[in-house]
Amino acid sequence: MDFRDTAEEAAFRAKLRDWYAGNFDAEKMPAAGRPDVGFLREWSRRLYDGGYIGLTWPKEYGGQGLSPSYQAIYFEEMVRAQAPEHIGVIGLNMAGPTIIAWGTHEQKERHLAKLLSGEEIWCQGFSEPGSGSDLAGARTTAVLDGDHWVVNGQKVWSSYAHIADWCILVVRTDASAEKHAGLSYLLVDMHSPGVEVRPLKQITGDPEFNEIFFTDVRVPKESILGKPGDGWKVAMTTLLHERGTMAFALVAQLRQHFTRLVELARQPAPDGSVPANDPVVRDAIAREWVELQSLAFTNYRTLTTLLTKGQPGPESSVVKLVWSEANQRLTKLARSLQGLSGMLDDEGGVWDGYWQYRQLRSRGNTIEAGTSEILRNIVAERVLGLPRSR
Amino acid sequence: MDFAFSAEQDMLRVAAKEFLAEQFPLDGVPAIVDGEPGWQPDSWKQLAELGWTDPDLTLLDHTVLFEETGAALLPGPFFATVALAWPAFDDELKTQVSNGDLRVSLAWAENGRPQDLRHADYTTTVAADGRVTGTKVLVPDAAATDALVVVVDGGALRLVRTADADVRALSTSDRSRRLYEVSFDNAPSRALNGSLADIENRAMVLAAAEALGVGRRALEDGIAHASTRAQFGKVIGTYQAVSNQLVDAYAAVELARSLTYWAAWSVQEGDGDAEVACAAAKSAATEAAVTACEHVIQVLGGVGMTWEHILHRLYKRAQWLESFGSGTRALRARIADAVIG
Repeated sequence: MDFRDTAEEAAFRAKLRDWYAGNFDAEKMPAAGRPDVGFLREWSRRLYDGGYIGLTWPKEYGGQGLSPSYQAIYFEEMVRAQAPEHIGVIGLNMAGPTIIAWGTHEQKERHLAKLLSGEEIWCQGFSEPGSGSDLAGARTTAVLDGDHWVVNGQKVWSSYAHIADWCILVVRTDASAEKHAGLSYLLVDMHSPGVEVRPLKQITGDPEFNEIFFTDVRVPKESILGKPGDGWKVAMTTLLHERGTMAFALVAQLRQHFTRLVELARQPAPDGSVPANDPVVRDAIAREWVELQSLAFTNYRTLTTLLTKGQPGPESSVVKLVWSEANQRLTKLARSLQGLSGMLDDEGGVWDGYWQYRQLRSRGNTIEAGTSEILRNIVAERVLGLPRSR
Repeated sequence: MDFAFSAEQDMLRVAAKEFLAEQFPLDGVPAIVDGEPGWQPDSWKQLAELGWTDPDLTLLDHTVLFEETGAALLPGPFFATVALAWPAFDDELKTQVSNGDLRVSLAWAENGRPQDLRHADYTTTVAADGRVTGTKVLVPDAAATDALVVVVDGGALRLVRTADADVRALSTSDRSRRLYEVSFDNAPSRALNGSLADIENRAMVLAAAEALGVGRRALEDGIAHASTRAQFGKVIGTYQAVSNQLVDAYAAVELARSLTYWAAWSVQEGDGDAEVACAAAKSAATEAAVTACEHVIQVLGGVGMTWEHILHRLYKRAQWLESFGSGTRALRARIADAVIG
């Protein structure tokens, strides 16, 4: 057991730290912590050109071929610089790893480099109005017609779809098969005729997620991952990565929030009091720090198990579950430190409404990427070995 | 970054598990701790023969062992000697402990004084001729020891033979780790090097390690019960109101495990974060153990409330560990000082 960097890791960390110092200025970040697409696209390109995106991906597809420990260092330094993440979170954490695992050589050549550079943004077409947690109940269909799949149906809760170029889409290709066996997994060009995106305004006021309507959309026959009927297995690869690789990104975000919470608590609140002097606030902040550290070190444990045994240990299954609740508590605490002034959500509010946006957005954390109810069932059945509830 | 135990440490864990399951199974604990002397004195030599009191063991090695002795609620002075008094030992004492010839506890707390392991202002005094006078309370497993490390006014450590002190048992809810009041009336002593500061971090790591074992063991009982007990025609583990309580306990124990291993490594390596890591580990692990026991009592229903069932003994140990040294609120206050300023 040793938590220190190896010599190579330390050199990488020092270089990256220098790079952030030369390329990023937190003062120039857009206010209020809302995602600014133009800024993030440009920033993503700069990260890519610096060689810091796709650290663990194969070199032949534009990655750096490094061990996952470098990805962990990347996130630590990102937090230290208070810098934002690459815009292509769905591509990097879900579409990309799934294409690496299941894609043909042509598919990898076509998609991976553009995904890394941020030139092409991805979205996810899994949930439908009638099937959210129950993914296998998907009813969007794809029927083979000559050299094309013809897609019809509707997806929902799709983040980034309004700016996305590509979509990982779960469709039903065999209505007569058992429900899991009838699914297939397509890579769909969002600029195809018949694709319509309708933004849904979230409780934050931002249209971050969307409905996607597919009407006779023609998708080339070869734009499928795996074989027809493999959709469920391929989708599980995606979700495994959503809940695996993403864990480091989630904890990095939580640490950024924590750092800013401490900064907030040290400043006089709108009523003149200094929250950091209040023992109740201090206790609450300390509790969140303990939780944050426990998540961070659990990720390191997972990483070691991944490196030595080839797959993450069972403890990794609780990270997203616990993270989501921690992020909700932390952002709620930050907003509460502002009293009634905490209801001011734009200019005029504390930090131009940074916490107001973050707190409202956090309510989605226990719903997206597997609801907490589903995640608890998964832990109960697959980790604790309790009998199946369904 | 390497977050794995060595192959030797993995073997130590397996060996400890097997030894405890065979020689000191948890279901045998009630009969021992409800009687006198409350432990099996011949176990001490066995532990020494296994090398568990070997001075060469690292803190990470002991972390592995204490998780297992915690899960077994092993009664006796192993915690008092190895988790508490240990850093005060000089070479002579190390040899005796290693040979299984000496059992020691730590006498620090006094009535009306803070009970943490960093206080130095005590009424117990040492005279110029080395004689110690005063009264200590809440001394763990004092009756099972040969000697006591006594913290005197100013924080110096003295070694007193237990036979030269007046040891009175206090009725302790955790029968497997009893507390005693110990008075010294001009008791002869000798000086020891070291200070409470050396003792504190190590004690917190090993308390956290024990708590992991206690929480894990309680959870195993809860899972076993929820997997077999049926109501309304279904096994109760299929009801999410039941299974979710076990999942939350599991999550708390596993997250605390990560902190405990981090803390153990930090103390062993003298890392700059050792103090906050220990505070995080001890508060999180003991709280997780208490929560796990409480959730499992609920899952077991009426059975969980009976004296007959083992669970209350795990629960009381979890409470013991949570209260020991600095409690959770005090530890979080310490963390707040470090992260907020």
